Amino acid sequence: MSVGSTTAVGGGSAGAEGGGAPRAPFGRRACRVVANERIGPYDLVALEDETGPAPLAGQFYMLSSTAGWGGASGRPHLGRAFSVCRATRGDAPLGSFGASPRRLEFLLEAIGPGTERLGALVPGEDAWVVGPLGIGFRDPAPGGRALLVGGGIGVAPLVIWEEALRARGTPTSTLLGFRNTSFAEAARLFGGETAVATDDGTGGCHHGFVTDLVQERLAAGDEVYACGPSAMLEAVRRICAARSVSGQLALEAGMACGFGACFGCVVRTRHGYRRLCVDGPVVSAADLGEGWE
Amino acid sequence: MTVAPPRTTGLEVDLAGLQLAHPVLNASGTWDAIAAIRTFGDPARDQLPFAAFVSKTITLAPRGGNAPPRLWETPAGLINSIGLPNKGLEGFLDRDLPELATLRVPLIVSVAGFSREEFATLVEAVGDRTEVAALELNVSCPNVKSGCVIGSERGEMAALMTSVRPLTSKPLIVKLTPNVSDVVPVAVAAEEAGADALSLINTLRATAIDPHGGKPWLGAGQGGLSGPAVRPVALALTAQVAARTQLPIVGMGGIQDGRDALDFMQAGATCVAVGTESFRDPAAATRVRQELAQQLHLHGMNSPADATTLARQRLRSV
Repeated sequence: MSVGSTTAVGGGSAGAEGGGAPRAPFGRRACRVVANERIGPYDLVALEDETGPAPLAGQFYMLSSTAGWGGASGRPHLGRAFSVCRATRGDAPLGSFGASPRRLEFLLEAIGPGTERLGALVPGEDAWVVGPLGIGFRDPAPGGRALLVGGGIGVAPLVIWEEALRARGTPTSTLLGFRNTSFAEAARLFGGETAVATDDGTGGCHHGFVTDLVQERLAAGDEVYACGPSAMLEAVRRICAARSVSGQLALEAGMACGFGACFGCVVRTRHGYRRLCVDGPVVSAADLGEGWE
Repeated sequence: MTVAPPRTTGLEVDLAGLQLAHPVLNASGTWDAIAAIRTFGDPARDQLPFAAFVSKTITLAPRGGNAPPRLWETPAGLINSIGLPNKGLEGFLDRDLPELATLRVPLIVSVAGFSREEFATLVEAVGDRTEVAALELNVSCPNVKSGCVIGSERGEMAALMTSVRPLTSKPLIVKLTPNVSDVVPVAVAAEEAGADALSLINTLRATAIDPHGGKPWLGAGQGGLSGPAVRPVALALTAQVAARTQLPIVGMGGIQDGRDALDFMQAGATCVAVGTESFRDPAAATRVRQELAQQLHLHGMNSPADATTLARQRLRSV
């Protein structure tokens, strides 16, 4: 999965310069759909963002289609939140002034009216975009190794993060889990090497959960970065706690707004309820206790 | 919606003595100015879409809010069951109020008590602060002493208003709940006991069933419906209240564009509030304001007050 003549500009880490996350333009903006590629059962939708800043790995956007949103059934009504999967900027065309638009890619799985409509976007259509939102992944400790753990559609934010870590020479291992070999096609989004587990053992992969691989390969001093179903994240949290390893979990919750207005996307942490949209979606594993999910 | 000339003046309104640059506010609890400025930076302050900012409801004691899940999307709407999470009176005054005071519009603080005594403490303490222009009384919570939702019963409403009215000279706006068989007696009771304005509607009681578990989806079992789904209901209640009271009204419920905003004014509202639509676009209320100016122009009206005045004359003569 080459990015061709594009150069990665996203994928930095949160707070690396102490400046926090980049600020999203105020209000929603229309972005042109430039590609929609089938990756196994997933859709990889690419948008051209003319005005937004480079996102950090782990940040998300609120997306909706400008047409056909809330069709016959009256749903979807609200935007849907997606972690950015890749963000690249092409070389500016010869003789042009200014930069070419940023290309934002989102990995979607059609599981409801919102993801069905977004997954059906075709090049030339427009999507409403708000973002980048939330806080991203933080760097591992200097000299530390990164262990990336993704499950299903949750691999999306790890693609951009793995790319950033690799570009900086951070030793990184990527472990992925999928239902079967068809879903596991998403592993090819990663530029570096990956180890894959499938629930049914298809594709010649490890037959079982990705957390089996985590148990095998986790080393002291690793920083774990995980995104996936809540059961997987809870298993990762327990492993991190048992092995005294630091972990960052990218969580998911139903969101209405994405910018802290509705208080709907809370998760229970050791410090009380926190809004995933502004205090996450990346949460320290140590901040979660039993039964958070 | 792109033909009319941009109009930045001529939208001024008077809401119970508050001089507002235009009639578009936010619905309480649908916009966190502090989080928005953190997310979008200065533009969220400098281009705040609202002519006055209505805070999220504060209570006397801090509250964590309801157990998740808190949201359920419906056809053209949203059920929320948030549960009034807030820092409590003291936390609000110490930490949030100084930040909200940096907004360049009048600040309306929404308060809710679980008894008349709690309301009195909140009204007195908040009303005392120079940063606060007006208060909104959220009367959709139960009075723990009577077990009755204050805004659902005119006796409760009159007693509350009578007890808090002497405590501040600032405008008191009563936020009416639609979860009553007749909203008019409650509105009239608020007016007679000294309310300065009314806002409506709060959300409609609603629930959703988890399609996989067969049980209520929301952590608290039920919540409130907002969004375009409730707009016709909100319009009807606005018109009923406009016909039977003299008080200025902040109308809200599913407003998405300038035409919707004008509808509420033609049902008698002086101001309108945008809520759920801001979730879809943080700057939606700016577009609503611009489209409202175009709509007024299109219908030969010079100001929002023209629409409101005409509507209230018509409603009272019916």
